[in-house]
Formats: sequence, C-alpha cells, structure tokens
Amino acid sequence: MIRALGWLAAIGLGVGLVMAFGVAPRETTQGNVQRIMYVHPPLAWVAYVAFAVVALASVVYLVRRRPAADRLAHASAEVGVIFTGLAIATGSIWGKPTWGTWWTWDARLTSVAILFVMYVGYLLLRGTIDDRDRAARYCAVLGIVAALDMPLVHFSVYWWRTLHQPPSLMKPGGFSGSPAILWPLLVNLAAFTLLYAYLVAKRARLLRAEHGALA
Amino acid sequence: MTFARRAAVVAWKDLLVERRSKETLNALLFFSLLLLFVFQFALGPDRERLAGVLPGVLWLGFILSALLALGRTFLLEREHDCWEGLLLAPGDKSAIYLGKLAANLALMAFVETLVLGLFVIFFDIDLGGALPGLPLVVALGTLGLGAVGTLFAAMTAHVRAREVLFPVLLLPVQIPVLLATVKATEALLLGESLGAVAHWVKLLAAADVVYVVIGLLTFDAVLEG
Amino acid sequence: MTAEPVIRLSDVRKAFGVQPVLDGVSLEVRPGEAVALLGGNGAGKTTLLKIVATILRPTSGRVFVAGRDAVRDAEGVRGRIGFAGHGAWVYDDLTATENLRFWATLGGRAPSDPELAAALAAVDLDRTGTARVRTFSAGMKRRLSLARLTLFQPAVLALDEPFGGLDQRAKKWLEGQLETFKSRGGALLMVTHSFGRELGIADRIAILAGGRIALDTPRGGLDPDDVQRLYAAHAEEGA
Repeated sequence: MIRALGWLAAIGLGVGLVMAFGVAPRETTQGNVQRIMYVHPPLAWVAYVAFAVVALASVVYLVRRRPAADRLAHASAEVGVIFTGLAIATGSIWGKPTWGTWWTWDARLTSVAILFVMYVGYLLLRGTIDDRDRAARYCAVLGIVAALDMPLVHFSVYWWRTLHQPPSLMKPGGFSGSPAILWPLLVNLAAFTLLYAYLVAKRARLLRAEHGALA
Repeated sequence: MTFARRAAVVAWKDLLVERRSKETLNALLFFSLLLLFVFQFALGPDRERLAGVLPGVLWLGFILSALLALGRTFLLEREHDCWEGLLLAPGDKSAIYLGKLAANLALMAFVETLVLGLFVIFFDIDLGGALPGLPLVVALGTLGLGAVGTLFAAMTAHVRAREVLFPVLLLPVQIPVLLATVKATEALLLGESLGAVAHWVKLLAAADVVYVVIGLLTFDAVLEG
Repeated sequence: MTAEPVIRLSDVRKAFGVQPVLDGVSLEVRPGEAVALLGGNGAGKTTLLKIVATILRPTSGRVFVAGRDAVRDAEGVRGRIGFAGHGAWVYDDLTATENLRFWATLGGRAPSDPELAAALAAVDLDRTGTARVRTFSAGMKRRLSLARLTLFQPAVLALDEPFGGLDQRAKKWLEGQLETFKSRGGALLMVTHSFGRELGIADRIAILAGGRIALDTPRGGLDPDDVQRLYAAHAEEGA
C-alpha cells in the first residue's frame, strides 16, 4: 500500500513539476521566478497539514495512549519540518527578485517561520528525553499547545503587519485563476500531499521497527 | 471545596518557601534592575529613540524576568523526591497546576509592578492616560505567560538542558502574547483609549483561556514521571 | 483462610532501555500480611515497589492494588496506598508542622493543629517548633516522612527500607505501627537490606534476582542466619 502511495506521489510530482516549469505560461511581469508559485503554496499547505496531523495524533495519544498515534505524530513532525523549511526557502527565493530582499516580515511568511520554530522545538524536546513513554507524552502536550497557538499567531501577526501599514505587496497566491495556471497548482498540491503521506508512512514504519527492536 | 483547598495549599507552600528563602525573588529583582541598565547601554541615551521602543523594551524585560521565575517553578520538587509526592497525592492534579500558577502570578505581579515603577521613573513616562488599560493588558499578558510557562516548567523539570530548552519552547508559543501586549501598550502609552486596542485585548483574553484550559487538562499527563 | 490478595503482580516486566530490570515478576500480598523484598543492588526492588505505588508503569504485565488496576486506574490506587521511598518528601524551608499540613491538605484532608502535633509527638519531633527542616538530621527527616503516613489510613503500605537511619526508639515505634496496621487488615510490601530484627515484622520473604522472584517463602521459623543462607543461595541467581 505504501509503495502504491510512493508511485502515485512520484507520478503526481513528475506531472506537476513538468506542468509548472514547462507547460504553464510564462508570467509577464515576474518572469520564470513566478513558477515557484506552483511549488511554494503546496509546500506551505503541507507544512500546516503536517502540523494538524501532529496535533490530532497527539490528542489521540493522550486520550488512548496508543503508541501508533505517537509514532504518527513523530513522523509527521519530522517530515513536516522539512516541508516547512522548503516552504520558507521557496518563499524567500521568490521574494528576492520580487521584493528585493531575502526576507521580509510579510504576515504569511512570518507565520510559516513561527511554525518552523515550533516544529524545531518539538523535535528538540523529543531528542532530549530518553524515556520513550515520557517523550511521547510531553511532545503530545507540546504539539497540542503549539497547534492551538497557531490561530492566535496568525491573527496577531496579521494585525501586526496590516493594521497600520498597507498589506503586503504581493499575496503569494494571487493569480487570475485561469485554468492554465490553476491546474499545475492543484496537481502539485495533490502531489505534495501524496509525497508527504508516503514519507510519513515510511517514517512511521521505520519508527515501529526501531521501537520493536528495543522492546 | 477540596479542589480549591488543595490548589490554595500549593500556592501557600510556594509563596511561604519563597518568602523564607527569598532565592528567586532577590535574584529576580536584581535581574530586572540590571536589565534596565543594560537596555540603556544597548539602546543609547537618545531619548527619542528610547521612547519609540519603550513598550517593546518593557515587555522584553517582563518576559526575560518571567523566563527566570517560571523556569524555577518545579525546582523545589526535585529535592527529596517531592515530585513523587505530588504525583501520588490523590485527587485532581490540575489543582496543583492552579496552585503553582497562582504562586507564579503573585511573584510576577510583584516584580512587574516594581519594574514598571522603575521604568516610569527612569524614562520619565506619564502613565496618567494609560491607567485603566495598562494594568489590564499587563495582567492578561502575564496570565498568558504564566499559564504556558508553568506547564512547560513542569515538562522541562526533569529534562537535560532544562535551562535552554525551557525558553526555546516557551518563546515561540508566546509570540501572540508578545505582539498583543507590545502593540496595546504602545497605543495606550500614546494616550489611545482602551476601545482602540480592544482587538488586542480580546486576543489576549482568548489566548489566556486556551492556555489555562490546556494546562488544566494536560497537567497530569506531564506530572506522570 | 486465604482472603483476596490486596497486592497482585502478574508477570510484570519493566525495561528502561534494552535490558529489562524486571522480567516476569509475580507476587501476592494478602490483607494483614507483610512481605519483605530482598535482593542485591540493582536487582530492581525499588523499581518493583514504585510500580506497586504507581510511580512507575510496567512495560507489560498486570498490577492490582487494593482492588484497582494500577496501570489503568492509577488514581484509584493512589487514594489507598501509602508510600515512603528514599526521598523524605520534605521542603527544607518549612517547619515540620508546615510540611505535614501541606501533605495532609494536598491528600484531601483538613487536619487540625492538635492532630498534627500528635503525629509529630509520636515520632519525637514535637519539640522542633519553628525550626526549618533544613536543620534536621537525615534520621529526623525520615521520621517526619513516617509521621506523614500516620495522617492517612491506607489499605496498602509500600515502604523502601523504612527502618534505615532510625534509632532504636524510632524502630520500636515503627514496628508497633506496622503491627497495628497489619492487625487492621493492611497489606505491607517492604524493601529491606537487613536480615536482622527488622525482618521480624515480615510474614514472608521474597528474594528478587535476575528480574524475577527467585524465592518466596514464609519467614516464620527462620533466623537471620537462615535468611543469610537463603539470600546467598538465591540472590545471585539468574541474570
């Protein structure tokens, strides 16, 4: 089943990237850099989905104490942090020619950066605790706190940036919505989600093997 | 109600120990004073520039002091296996969380009042217009810091590299609180009404509710050694 | 007459890493009975005691204490068990009375001043007045921790070397307390290193070795030399 997932993801990615970088029309004002916009939103999307999975698995773990739930949370955090890092990187790469700097306190980018820091904190906590049982419990609590915090982060960052200043120059998702642009985006969205699912499944399976060897 | 009594006895114990040993309080007060000096040196003597960043500096001071105070919340319990005692005491563990939170809030309130007083003197601030609003914002922000800080202090109490991990975990989660309090403080010090910062106040209140509820619900999972 | 055991461990395993400390422990303690748990250093006696007291969870196996499942209903067990480990559960900057008041209140009671005074008097700490526990000797702290236990009426006692560090008078007092506890139907599980007089309170001896109970025998009729011999024979077994 996992292998099928892997193949689907690979195909989806292949198609999606070809569409994004080959087939889709070249954007007039920004040029080829704009093609990153087929990749950046899907990456950010997965970053948030991965964290939601961490949070939900954490709740299940605290209520049911099922080790599988903890492994899912752990795997999702590890995969999620990579996607989040890539989301920030692609946002930055797009930003450099467009805004002129590598970094700007754009509300969306800032939120993703904070999400990244939460992930890192989660993984640090895991790494520091040797007792597997305790690590699972504490990370579950942290995951829930961080996840419930994200809406608060969103609002506060957004208000921080927009209330006394004009909104950020270019909303990363801004496009006319024509099919030629919409389809590559959607395909990549699906493909990245599949890739995420595949990686998490593999990682969770690896974790189970690791834990099993120690039991 | 037994729950209230148990929470109260935890707060009583912490505050009594603090009053007798004065360990945390003295260090905290001195640290806050030190911060004031250091900020002056770091930001330069230019009054105009200081006035602009004052709210941020004030809250930075509060947060740094809070990190010190909150990080020590469960230090006592590491001696003589008292942590075991807390775990084995029958009854709702969230009473312990509330008691610890109450003691922390009392400590932080004391320190913040002092720091605020010193700020007013050193930087020549006129608090008049800000008055009903500022204490409210400070109280809400402190509750947010305390609620998560107490929970995370319990989590990091037994962990290696506790001193580093505690701020690393706490600070990102507190970003909404930091933004809200700084922005609201800024506006209030400029003489704006409480109504103008109502959205920040509501955010703080919502955050406080979320944090305290999570703390109450998850504390016993954290207490389980 | 064999009543339902108050403590029942079935095939309990506990591993902290790869190596299990407990590897299939089964043990029972009935009401009114006292079991002394012996074993070498690192044998896992304290670990076993802590599992019974719900401080630790077993990796596998079933644990029933006072009618509750200690793994799934730890809170239910905690209201019925008294535990005294190596740490005395004292706050150095409080007085003896304040320490007792704290633990009693946290445990759900509302003790009166005379009651606290009586508990302290029973362990000869009533004259400490406003002295902070920081100034107490190790023996005094241990007595304070035992005084704490007298404020509750648990059905089970799990004690880790309770006689350690006590003078003759305190030992005699403790023996008396434990006899009374047993006569009221309480079950006692006690970790001990001594083969002498302290074993007098025990009805059975269990020797923990190689992660299991290597020997479980009635103590009646055994003198310290017999116990020494049994210990030497079984305690280094297994592993």
